[in-house]
Parts: sequence; structure tokens; C-alpha cells
Amino acid sequence: MHKEIAMLRMGAGAGFSSDRLGPAVDLAEKGELDWLVFETIGERTLAFGRRDRQLNPQRGYNPKLAARMRAVLPHCRANGTRIMTNMGVAHVEAAAQVVVEVARELGIKGLKVAALIGDDVTEQMRGDTVLFDYGGRRLDEVGRPLVGANAYVGIDAMLPAVETGADVIITGRVADPSLYLAPIVQQFGWARDDWHRLGQGTLVGHLMECGMQITGGYFGDPGYKDVPRPADIGYPIADINESGEVVISKLSDSGGLVNMATVKEQIFYEIHDPARYLTPDVTADFSRVQLTETGLDQVRVTHGTGGERPKQLKVTVGFDGGLLGEGSISYAGVNAAARGRLARDTMVERLDRIEGIRGNYRIDVVGLNAVHATARAKEPEVAEDVQVRVAMRSMDRELIEMVLWELEALYCCGPAGGGGYRGYITPGVVTHSAMIDRDAVRTRVEVYES
Amino acid sequence: MKTRNIKLHELAHARAGDKGNTSDISVWAYSPEDYPLIKKQLTPELIKSSFPDLILGDVVRYELDHLHGLKFVMSEALEGGVNSSLGIDSHGKSWSFLILGLMIEVPQKP
Repeated sequence: MHKEIAMLRMGAGAGFSSDRLGPAVDLAEKGELDWLVFETIGERTLAFGRRDRQLNPQRGYNPKLAARMRAVLPHCRANGTRIMTNMGVAHVEAAAQVVVEVARELGIKGLKVAALIGDDVTEQMRGDTVLFDYGGRRLDEVGRPLVGANAYVGIDAMLPAVETGADVIITGRVADPSLYLAPIVQQFGWARDDWHRLGQGTLVGHLMECGMQITGGYFGDPGYKDVPRPADIGYPIADINESGEVVISKLSDSGGLVNMATVKEQIFYEIHDPARYLTPDVTADFSRVQLTETGLDQVRVTHGTGGERPKQLKVTVGFDGGLLGEGSISYAGVNAAARGRLARDTMVERLDRIEGIRGNYRIDVVGLNAVHATARAKEPEVAEDVQVRVAMRSMDRELIEMVLWELEALYCCGPAGGGGYRGYITPGVVTHSAMIDRDAVRTRVEVYES
Repeated sequence: MKTRNIKLHELAHARAGDKGNTSDISVWAYSPEDYPLIKKQLTPELIKSSFPDLILGDVVRYELDHLHGLKFVMSEALEGGVNSSLGIDSHGKSWSFLILGLMIEVPQKP
């Protein structure tokens, strides 16, 4: 039986892996939430989770998991707020253990932690698995070692975890909006084929899952879109009724803002066809969404809908990306643009002499034309502060070290006044996408207690 | 009617996202009155032809008339995508401000 309540109140505690913690603590303490949700996985961070676990079998979960739990668990415990998070990333069991240990450290007894395991589908990947984002080529045509593969599972997999009544639910790769949808479906007892409601509920999850991107983060443009107290933006709160209609707001004493513009930018963020947003749960349709400002920093969002869910699940397939080397040296003051260009030309001439490096690196002059260099050929003639930046990926560490050595050598061999060389090498990953049959993905729930 | 050219940034705001090597950007008119002329001029063809070296694939436009916004989905437009690009902004988070730098022809105010 489902508890009869008129509304469900959910808050965001993170919208990406390194998101701020303080505002999550504020919500845990003062938000009067039923659920606090931490979304932390992207294509990049999932692949890094897999790399972390390869390097250390005890890791692979979100590195900020313990810090986050330590800060919010006492408040969530006191206020009866449940926690939903995908901070398990590539190692859900280890993450669940971390939560239990943190609870014990804090003297919290009887905290139930449910771990959703089974999104790892590495074993099901074959040489002829089709990568739909890679021109339909086969997995074995990538020519790189497979690091692992994770399916985007949805509410079917998550509801058994929600139904355990656990205080904390920790998952790996679930679809981001499903982190919100699963508790909503459980609370209101929606049918699994109520595509209309599931579409609206997915809209709620989609609005919330990027955290502050709907309350003034990723938004400020001085003089055009000003954000009040940008150092103290609050995470969003969603008040949801049994039809899935939602009012997005934030704590009144937090910074940031919620208005038509912040909500519009987020509704259509990282979805392609607004009428066909594919998730494991529904083919959601946001194309007829209605927005109403219902008060200061309050926007009501309705008229999301949807159709039958896709037959298959999406899989992110991670490959060893070798190493990424990046370095820079800076020129400033009078004639800096010309000296930066000379440094760039000198580097190009020297690097192009080396087999294996020629054609494989990128060089930019930050301050002239770097971030948008591919889009725009024109460079300003004058700049007083530029940074020559070189980047290269390779499986061969020696080649990358040669690039960085050449760059550092500009100190004494390059144009006048070159300073502030920095160089570092980090492991990279390459990701592609495939599809998998639902039946091929078997998930299970394990419950731990402090 | 006399006209003048101004940056789209004067009329609209935008947000960029990414999935793999596909960049998606939504553009929103600040004022509903400006939406028709943005819709008329900010075509997928204009965007593709403005950045031929960056956008290697198709540009598809979706229209959200009742919200005064346009959504562009640009394939092969992220220099390989977040895990492959050698660029500084490998997500293409700043591509929204490339679009906002395009010029729009507006009526000269009397």
C-alpha cells in the first residue's frame, strides 16, 4: 500500500561529480525534504570511476562520497529525509560500505543502505557490438583496450531498492532523471505504463538532476542575466503532486534565482528532439511544456507527457584513452601577442619534425584564439596576456614527455619573457555508446545496516 | 524600412550541452516580440555555414514557439567530444556564446 500524501518534496544535493557541498547541507537541514538526491555521473566521470577501480579495487565510487555523507547524514536522519544517489559510479558495493562506515563513525545506528548492483554489462560486450555513436562501427574497430561498459538502467531496477525503505539508496549508472522518478512513482503508485505521468515525472527529474543549473548556476552573464549572490546559490527544491505537476523553488535565504529563463534553459539542456527524449522508463515529450511564475523564485512546470519506453537500454562503453598531456607557457606585456605567436610557430616547427607527434597534437594561443579556435580563424593583433598551450593524447608516455620537454625548453630557447611553464600528464578515457536488450541486464539490491 | 545589425546576444540567451560528439544549444528570446525575427534568421544553414570547420555534421533545429525558443542539435561538432577532444573546452560549454555572437538584422528604431 502507498502512503496517502498529497505532495512529495525533493531536493538536489549535487548535479555533477564535483558539485558544491554546503548548499546540500543547507537543504538537508532546512529543506524539509522527503528526498535529497545527489547526481554525480557523466560520460567522463563514469569512465574515470572505472579507471580508479582498475588502479585500486577498493575504489571506483565518487571520491566525495564520504565527505558528503558525513555532512548530510545527521540532518537527514533527524528530518526523516531519504537519500538517493548514483555516487556508487563503478563500484556500488564499496560505496555502500563507505556510507555504513560513515554512519558508524557518526554514531548513527540502524541506518539502512540499499545498493543497486548490476548495471555493469562489460561481460555482454562482444567484438561485433555496434557503436551507434561511432558511425555504426563495431567495438573491435575502436582499436583500444575495453575498460568496461555500463547500461543506463531505470525505475524497473530502482524501485525494488526504494521499496526496501532504505535511508540511503546508492546506485551506479542509472538514467539521471530516474533518480527522481523512482521515488515519485513509488510515492504515488503510478503504473509502469502510465506514459503520460512517467513523462511528466521524467521532466521533474530532468529539471532537478543538474542541481544549480536551474537556480542560477551556468547562467550568469553580467548586464544581461544577473545572478543574485552567486557565491551562495542554493540547490533546487521540487514540490510534486500526484499528477507529477511540479513547482521548482529554492531556500529563500539562498542566493541565485528561479525564473522562466533559468527553467527554459534547463528543460531543453542535453536533450535532442524535445518531443522524444529517450530514457529507460519512457519516451518523454517536453515539447508542450507550460511554465508559470507562481511567486518569487517559484516556477510551476506542467504538461510534460510521453509515450512507450524504448525497447532497449543505452550502454556507455569505455576504452583506454591512453594519456593526455597538456602544457603551457605564458607571455605578457608589450608585444605579447607577437611573442606568443612566435612561440607557437617555433613549437610547430620543432614538433612537426618528430614522427608520432606530427599531426597528433594541438597548439593554441590562449588570449588570441584558443577556446573557439576551430570556429574562428581571425586572431586579434594585440593582446597583453597570452598563454601558449599544447595538448596531445597518446598511448606512448615518452612521446607526450617529449612534447612537454619541447615546451618547457622555450624558457631559454624561445621568445623573450616566457614564463610560468606548467605541464601535466593525466590518464584519458574514450567512450562510445551501444544498445542492449533489457533482458540482458540483471540487477539486484543488497541491503546493509550500520 | 531601415534596419541595423546587432549581435544575437542583445536579443537572446542560450545554453550549451553535449552528448558524445554532438553539441546541443537552446536559444531563447528575452522578449517575445523578437522571437519571429530570430526564428526567421537563425536557421540551421546559417549556423552550419558560420562555423564550417567546427560543425562537421548536420544541424537540426527544433522550434518551441510557445516558449519563444529554438533548439539546435549539431552532430560532429565537438572536436571529438569530451573524452577525445584536445581543445580546452572539450564539452563545448562555450559554444552557446559562438551562436550569440552571430549578427541579426533588426528594424531601426524610429
